Amino acid sequence: MTRRARFSLFLAGASCFAVLLVLAVLGLPGFGTTRHQYRDHAVAAAIGHGTANVVSAVNFDQRGIDTLGEESILLGSVVGAAALLRPARREQDHAPAGGGSVLEATRLAGYVVLAVTLLLGIDLIAHGHLTPGGGFQGGVVLATGLHLLYVAGRYPALARLRPLASFEVGEGLGAAAFAGLGVAGMAVAGSFLANVLPSGSFGDLLSAGSVPLLNVAVGVEVACGTVILLAKFLEQAITITGP
Amino acid sequence: MGTFEAGTSQLLALAVAVPILGACLMVAVTRLARLVADSVATAVAVAVAVIDGWVLVHTGAGRVVLWHGGWLPVRGFSVGVSFVGDQFGAGLALLVAVLMAAALLYSWRYFEAVEAHYHALMLLFLAGMQGFALSGDLFDMFVFFELMGAVAYALTAFKIEDASALQGGLSFAIMNSLGAYFALFGVGLVYARTGQLGLPELNRALVGHRPDALLVAAFVLVSCGFLVKAAMVPFHFWLADAHAVAPSSVCVLFSGVMVELGLYGFVRVYLVVFRPVLPGPDITRAFVVLGAITAVVGAVMCFGQRHIKRLLAYSTIGHVGLFLMALSVLSPDGVGGAAVYAVGHAGAKGALFLLGGILLNRYGSVDELELFGRGRRHRWTGVAFVVGALALAGLPPFGTALGKSMAEESLASAGYGWAPALFVAVSAVTGAAVLRAGLRVFFGVGPPPLGSGSGATPGTEEPDVEGRLTRVPLTMAAAIAALFGVALVGGVWRLVPDAVDRGAQRFADGTGYAAQALAHVPAGPTRALPGGWWGVEGVALSLASVALAVVLALGAIYLSRLPDAVRAWGRRLQPGYRVLRRLHSGHIGDYVAWFMAGLAGVAALVGFPLR
Amino acid sequence: MRYYAFFVAGWLLLIGCLGIVRSRNLVHAVAALSVCQSGTYVLLLAVGFQWKAVAPVFGNTLPTNTPVVDPVVQAMTLTDVVVGATVTALLLAMAVQIAKRQRTVDPDELSALEG
Repeated sequence: MTRRARFSLFLAGASCFAVLLVLAVLGLPGFGTTRHQYRDHAVAAAIGHGTANVVSAVNFDQRGIDTLGEESILLGSVVGAAALLRPARREQDHAPAGGGSVLEATRLAGYVVLAVTLLLGIDLIAHGHLTPGGGFQGGVVLATGLHLLYVAGRYPALARLRPLASFEVGEGLGAAAFAGLGVAGMAVAGSFLANVLPSGSFGDLLSAGSVPLLNVAVGVEVACGTVILLAKFLEQAITITGP
Repeated sequence: MGTFEAGTSQLLALAVAVPILGACLMVAVTRLARLVADSVATAVAVAVAVIDGWVLVHTGAGRVVLWHGGWLPVRGFSVGVSFVGDQFGAGLALLVAVLMAAALLYSWRYFEAVEAHYHALMLLFLAGMQGFALSGDLFDMFVFFELMGAVAYALTAFKIEDASALQGGLSFAIMNSLGAYFALFGVGLVYARTGQLGLPELNRALVGHRPDALLVAAFVLVSCGFLVKAAMVPFHFWLADAHAVAPSSVCVLFSGVMVELGLYGFVRVYLVVFRPVLPGPDITRAFVVLGAITAVVGAVMCFGQRHIKRLLAYSTIGHVGLFLMALSVLSPDGVGGAAVYAVGHAGAKGALFLLGGILLNRYGSVDELELFGRGRRHRWTGVAFVVGALALAGLPPFGTALGKSMAEESLASAGYGWAPALFVAVSAVTGAAVLRAGLRVFFGVGPPPLGSGSGATPGTEEPDVEGRLTRVPLTMAAAIAALFGVALVGGVWRLVPDAVDRGAQRFADGTGYAAQALAHVPAGPTRALPGGWWGVEGVALSLASVALAVVLALGAIYLSRLPDAVRAWGRRLQPGYRVLRRLHSGHIGDYVAWFMAGLAGVAALVGFPLR
Repeated sequence: MRYYAFFVAGWLLLIGCLGIVRSRNLVHAVAALSVCQSGTYVLLLAVGFQWKAVAPVFGNTLPTNTPVVDPVVQAMTLTDVVVGATVTALLLAMAVQIAKRQRTVDPDELSALEG
């Protein structure tokens, strides 16, 4: 179709649909309503299991199977992207060229910020059941923090500290740990992903049952997976050359 | 609820957890030996099939309900997520596992697997489809829908040296993701109105509500999201692009179950959530018409293809239209007929894709014109291909023929007297196209066809294996035989259509679904329905379809020898056909524009009668 | 004001689709798809909001009977964000490979699949 025809078709459909959407929105309870039935039950259940961060409780305790699906999507996408970004038959993956120089000050700043970022990531993962954060957020911070070696330094420095095979193992083990904890819940309490560890007291590091463990499993998986993902994209840009 | 039942319900969780653990194994163990990867992956698929079979046996007495994490409902509400396995859900999950086992068997050893990435992706695909079929929660269905989708996009574009594979994967990914996001928007709207996400809870919550714009919009959004996956017109453009380029074993799953899961999701959500609010007759009318349009477009586009896998893809769209028509009747006969038809279709279509894959791996091409007569050496492959084509057209005793006759009967008794004629025409045209391709390639029937210039996509494609295969390996032959078995089982073993009939009665009972999931109310009894087996009229219509298919195939092959009157008639249809052909442009902007137009169309069809 | 946030969500959804329809670059189309997804985030979070309620994270200082916003939609949005990021990664990987094979990322010029 010509660009004009395409746009007209879209406009016709979108305007009709927009009318329906406007009428639908007018039927919604207003913004900021006080009636949230699911919230009341979710908060009560989270407090009952000693989890201070209710969002973590919903994600890992109450609706854990959704999070299992979500981390499988992450695993599948990383494996899929790694398969899609492999060197094609007539391409070659060679060692990166040395070239370029970095200011000493930049490199020092990079190392300092790297240490801070890694600590921040570990803190986010460890306290996921107490403060906003959790496995997903902390894992991404860890993975992108590692790449400060590339941003403030050079690619070979990053490549040396990033043995991809180990990260693949880490990713697989992280995902397996989540599913394994679910099966363990089934063995102990008769229900998949049941929260079987003691709830502890509210606000302590060791509280909320198995939520901290699930956070760690997800954190390991997300960190390793994101490193692999970024590695494949960087390889396409830096080390893979065409025929 | 005794401990035995509690044990069975935990199996529902294992159906999802076991493939995920298998995929983790594939990823975590680097440098996995090929034989180990193949065996473990196939064993996992077989194990999931056994689990699903066990659950299916137990669904005869009632639905198998699992509340994850032990969050049992209290006074009709639970903060957790449920999996509800009734006959249809568990049966569909079993079909998924069986097809996956056949696909993994086919790709044993020779398939270019890129260090077990292929196996990991296939097992995650299995997990996603299991979760979607068994889930009893709207947001959970969205998550597993995205899992099936994300992994399918990667599997479609797997052959990265092939530019068309990447383009097909991209169209597939953008269209299906868009559908999923629109569905999530609809889920958000329903949540805002009711404060619930679970299907059983929503059934209870929406009783007594008026069908206002909010609920109509939510229904349209969620349904169209799932119908993009089901490839209903005008959301269907991505399917031919994706099937044409994905590896053959993956196409088996796409055409056999993934598309049908979209239909399943759509009907399940309507029957359990929206039926109390949106009256049945309007929905039936709207979707019978849309199904008919889908069937006609699929059949017409199918006949003009020269790329064998694209031809099979358009035939899937045609059959999906027929399934949608039968499902829209919303009665147990229609739903049961569609299910039997879909099982037979999955087996026959899957076998045809694998046979096409054999051609691709032997000759490096799936172009009907280029391969003319070159398959003459492969006598048995040719016979299998022709039998598969006739099975698609509706040859008794295949399950396709039985399902077709059940569906035709239910539509005719619902007042759509023209439906049986449409069923015969569409199945004949699609069967004829496949038969024509088979006769030309494997038996060299008819004059050598002229070159291209018809504007159709040529059949160039990268093979699935490294190097060319000279003989058909035992694993590939076994996989094809297994799929033919699936195609036959519905029509030959009386237990299957009987079980499907009873399952359809439970499937249509949304209130019972909610009651059993939330309050342990036992499921009502099911009766044996009349007309669930071969009848004289059904066999006659099936044989008529097959005869028509043979006539059309031979007519297409011997086109130059047909009398001028017939050819003039054909020439008059050319301009319309060419317009339709040009609409399938491969351009993602076009596809999204049609999506928007289709969304507005469905909204009008559903919303206007309610004004 | 009662409905402003919801209209923004609907607008984002539709304008993202428009972006894909009129796109001349695959990377731009992928970004437009992310805009569509942002519409769903805005809807979910707006549905869960309550005036004068705080974030659903209790601790030693916040008493457990304080009104909080809906944590369920926040959990859903978190899941949605992860899903969206991963699908975007896959799409961009495909775009990178298409650029190498066909030397263009303009949808108008991609012609491998027609009819």
